[in-house]
Amino acid sequence: MSIDYSQKIPNNVNLADDRTLQRALEQWQPNFIQWWDDVGPENSTNSEVYLRTATSVDPQGWAVFDYVKMRDYRWGIFLNAAEANREIHFGDHKGEKAWQDVPGEHRANLRRIIVTQGDTEPASVEQQRHLGLTAPSLYDLRNLFQVNVEEGRHLWAMVYLLQRFFGRDGREEAGALLERTSGDANNPRILGAFNEKTPDWLAFFMFTYFTDRDGKFQLAALAESAFDPLARTTKFMLTEEAHHMFVGESGVSRVLQRTAQVMNELKTDDPKKIRGAGAIDLATIQRYLNFHYSVTIDLFGADQSSNAAIFYSSGLKGRYEEGKRNDDHVLKGQTYKVLEVQNGALVEKEVPMLNALNEVLRDDFIKDSVAGVGRWNKVLEKAGIPTRLVVPHKAFNRRIGALAGIRMSPEGRVVSEAQWKQHEAEWLPSDADRAFVSSLMGRVVEPGKFANWIAPPAMGINKQPVDFEYVRFG
Amino acid sequence: METETAVAVIKQHLIDPEICIRCNTCEATCPVGAITHDERNYVVRVDICQFCMACIAPCPTGSIDNWRVVPKVHAYAIEDQLTWDELPPELTPEQLAAEGITPQDAALAAATPVLAVRPEAANGEAPFNSSAYGSTVPPWSAAHAYTNLFGPKNPTTAKVAGNFNCTEAGFHNQTHHIVLDFGAIPLPVLEGQSIGIVPPGLDANGRPHVARQYSVASPRNGERPGYNNVSLTVKRVTEDHHGQPVRGVASNYLCDLKVGDKCQVIGPFGQSFLMPNHPKSHIVMICTGTGSAPMRAMTEWRRRLRKSGKFEGGKLMLFFGARTREELPYFGPLQNLPKDFIDINFAFSRTPGQPKRYVQDAMRERSADLGALLADPNAHFFVCGLKSMEEGVVLALRDAAAAAHLDWDGVIGPGLKREGRLHLETY
Repeated sequence: MSIDYSQKIPNNVNLADDRTLQRALEQWQPNFIQWWDDVGPENSTNSEVYLRTATSVDPQGWAVFDYVKMRDYRWGIFLNAAEANREIHFGDHKGEKAWQDVPGEHRANLRRIIVTQGDTEPASVEQQRHLGLTAPSLYDLRNLFQVNVEEGRHLWAMVYLLQRFFGRDGREEAGALLERTSGDANNPRILGAFNEKTPDWLAFFMFTYFTDRDGKFQLAALAESAFDPLARTTKFMLTEEAHHMFVGESGVSRVLQRTAQVMNELKTDDPKKIRGAGAIDLATIQRYLNFHYSVTIDLFGADQSSNAAIFYSSGLKGRYEEGKRNDDHVLKGQTYKVLEVQNGALVEKEVPMLNALNEVLRDDFIKDSVAGVGRWNKVLEKAGIPTRLVVPHKAFNRRIGALAGIRMSPEGRVVSEAQWKQHEAEWLPSDADRAFVSSLMGRVVEPGKFANWIAPPAMGINKQPVDFEYVRFG
Repeated sequence: METETAVAVIKQHLIDPEICIRCNTCEATCPVGAITHDERNYVVRVDICQFCMACIAPCPTGSIDNWRVVPKVHAYAIEDQLTWDELPPELTPEQLAAEGITPQDAALAAATPVLAVRPEAANGEAPFNSSAYGSTVPPWSAAHAYTNLFGPKNPTTAKVAGNFNCTEAGFHNQTHHIVLDFGAIPLPVLEGQSIGIVPPGLDANGRPHVARQYSVASPRNGERPGYNNVSLTVKRVTEDHHGQPVRGVASNYLCDLKVGDKCQVIGPFGQSFLMPNHPKSHIVMICTGTGSAPMRAMTEWRRRLRKSGKFEGGKLMLFFGARTREELPYFGPLQNLPKDFIDINFAFSRTPGQPKRYVQDAMRERSADLGALLADPNAHFFVCGLKSMEEGVVLALRDAAAAAHLDWDGVIGPGLKREGRLHLETY
C-alpha cells in the first residue's frame, strides 16, 4: 500500500524525503488501522465526526475543524519549531548543545522512556472503546472521539521517534505497541492504571481529568529533554493533551452542576433521593475521585528511584517547568522530603533530591489537580451546596512505592485491615456504585439533548452551538 | 495594541475564569507574552495584547475568546483579573455613556479587532468568512523556509545599511525602505516571511518592548544580490485607525535609524505565505500600503530570475491599493517594470476629485483574467494589507470564479486552501 505522505500524514519532518522512514511507516500503518478496527472506538466506522485535525504547528494550522470519518483521520507527525542552538539546561550535560540524534550510551533508557509513554496512548483508546455506545450527548460523543484520535496521533508521534531514531529495535517496539492490550492478562499494557477499566462516563471524565493530567506532567518533563526531537514532539503533544483535561474538568463540572440542581429542586442531600431522581450523588462522585486520583498518582513511580536520578542527570527527562525554576538544575547534594510509615504513623524523611524526582513530579501534579478540584467546588458553592470535594491523602490506596499496601483513610490516618474493610465502600466506588452509575448510562444522540445526569456545557466546540450535529451517523 | 492608545474606548481581550482549565496553552502560544497567570487565574495584559488571535484556536475550552468594550482608562488590570471567579458583565450603553462614550464609538471599538473565526449565525447560515479560504500550507514548489532561528530570548543584531523614504509623501504619511545587514550571522529569509524588530528601552510599564513583525521586501539572495541583507517596508505610524494622533514605537524607531546603527532582530517567521518556484507558476498579488513588501520581494526575485534567463513562463499580476499615488511605496520603480513581465493594476481611494477605488474594484474590472487564473492550478494568490480589505478581496475572487462558471464553494475555494494557492496575510 502506498501512501501520499503530504496528504495522508500531515507532517513537518520531511517524511517525503526519508525513504527508510517511509518504508517503516508503510509497514506499520496497516497494522495501526487493523488495531483501530479491532480495539478502537466501537461502532464508529461510518460516523462523520466534527473533529479538529492538526495540519501544521502554527496557530492557524493546528486546529482545523471539519467532519471526518475517524478511520480516515489524518494522523500527522509534528515537531514544534526548532529553537536555534538549543542547549541542554539541566543535569550533567548542562550547557552542551541539545542532541539531534540519540547518543549511544542513552539509547536504551531513551527507548524505554518513549515506549512507556507511547504505550499509554493506544491503551487509553482501548480503555474507552465502549463508551461511545452510552454517550450522554452528541457533544460528549464528539469529545470522546476527539480524545481517541488524538491519543492515536500521540501514538504516531512516539512511533515516529522509535522508527526514525532507534533502527530495528525501534521498529520492533513500534510493532509491540499495537500488540499489547489494555487489561489483557497475557500481554497487558505497561502501566497499571492503563489496565483498569473505564466502564462509564463518570470514570471517563475522572480519567481524562486525573490520568491525562499525569500525561501532561510526563510530557512536560520530556519536553525539557536534551534529546531535541523528543522535546519538540512532546511540546506539541501538550497542546492536544490540554483538550483531554478540558473534557475531564468540564465533564465532572457538568455532572456536579446537574447534581446540585437536582439537590436544590428536591431540597435534599439524601443520596437515595438524588439517585432516585437519576442524578449522581456527591458521595459517589467523591469515591470515583478517590479511586482515579490514587491510581493516577501511582503512575509517577516509586518515591525513591535511581532511574529517575539517572534520567535527570543524563538529561533525558527534566522536571515540570524546568526552565522556569531558579536553582542550579543539577540538584546534587540537595534533598527532598518523602513519606514513609514508621510505627504505624506517617513520617517525613529527607532523601537526596535526585532520587526523589518522581516524588517531585507527583507533588507538582497534586498541586495542579487540587486547583481544579477547587474549581469544581466553585460550582457547588455557586449552587449553595455546602459539600466540598477533596483529594484524598497522598498515601491513600497506593500500590507503588514506600506507601504501597498501607491501609490508610482518605484523610491520612493509618487504619487496620479490619477498619479498611469496614470503610472501603465509603472510600472507594463499590460494585453497587458502579452498577448504579452504569444504570444511568443511556445513549442520547438527538442534537442539543443531554442525559439527565449531566448538565449541558456552557458553550459548543469551535463556536458551534451546543445543539450542533457534532456527529453524523452513517 | 499601539494604534489604540489614543482612543477613549477599547475592546479588551479577557479569559473566562469559569470555563478556563488553566492548561497554559494560551500562555505558551502567545508570541508577545501578553498572557500570564497565578495560582488562581490566567489573564491577558491589555497593554501587550496585539490581537493577533494566535491563542484563540489552540484554546481547548473557548474561554479565551471573550471581549469587553470598556473605556481605555478603566481597562481591567491583570491585578483585577487575577481575583475574578467570573467575568464582569458587559457595560450597558448607559454605563458607557456615563463615561462619555457614544454608542457609535462603542460599536466601532467592538468591531475593531476582527475575529479570525466568526461565530456562525444562529439561523445556521454562516456569514461569508474570507479567512476560511486562506491556506496554511505553502505552494508545493515553495522553497523550504527556516523559522524561529532567533527568539525573544536570543535576538540577533543587524546593522542598518540604508534607510530612505520610498514614497513621495510628507512626514506623516511616509514609508521607509530600510536595509538591514546581518554580516556573518545566518538568517535565511524567503519572500513572504517576516522578521521581528525589538525596539530598545522599556514601555510605559517598565517592561521591555515586544517585537514588531515586518514582512521582508527583499528576495532570498539579498536586497543587494549576494549580500546577507534584507529590506523592510515600514510606514511611520503617526495616527491610529481612527485618525487620532499616536506615535508608533517600532515604526518611528526604525524610520529614524541612521546608516550604521544597530538593531535587535528575531525570526524568521512564516512557513506558508511563500512563493511557488516552478517555472510555469503564476502569481497574483493583491496588496495595500506596506502590504506591498512581500509582493516587492516576489516580484524582484522573479525579475532577477528572468534577467538571468532562468524564468519565462509564469505570469505576474499585481493589484496595489493606497490612499493616494504619493503614498504608494515603490511607485516610481514599479512604473519601470516591463509590461510583459508584470500586469499592474492600481487603486487609489483618496485621490481628490475622483471616486474612491479599492483593490477589489480593480479586481472586478479584471474578473475574466482572474477567472482563468483561478481555474489554473499553477496560479497562486497572495493577499497582504489591512484586515479590512480581506473580505472584499476574497469576495471578488469568488465572484470572478462564478463569472467563469467555476464552483467556488465545492471546488475552487477549498482547492485554493488545500493546495496552498490562496494566502491571506492581513493585520
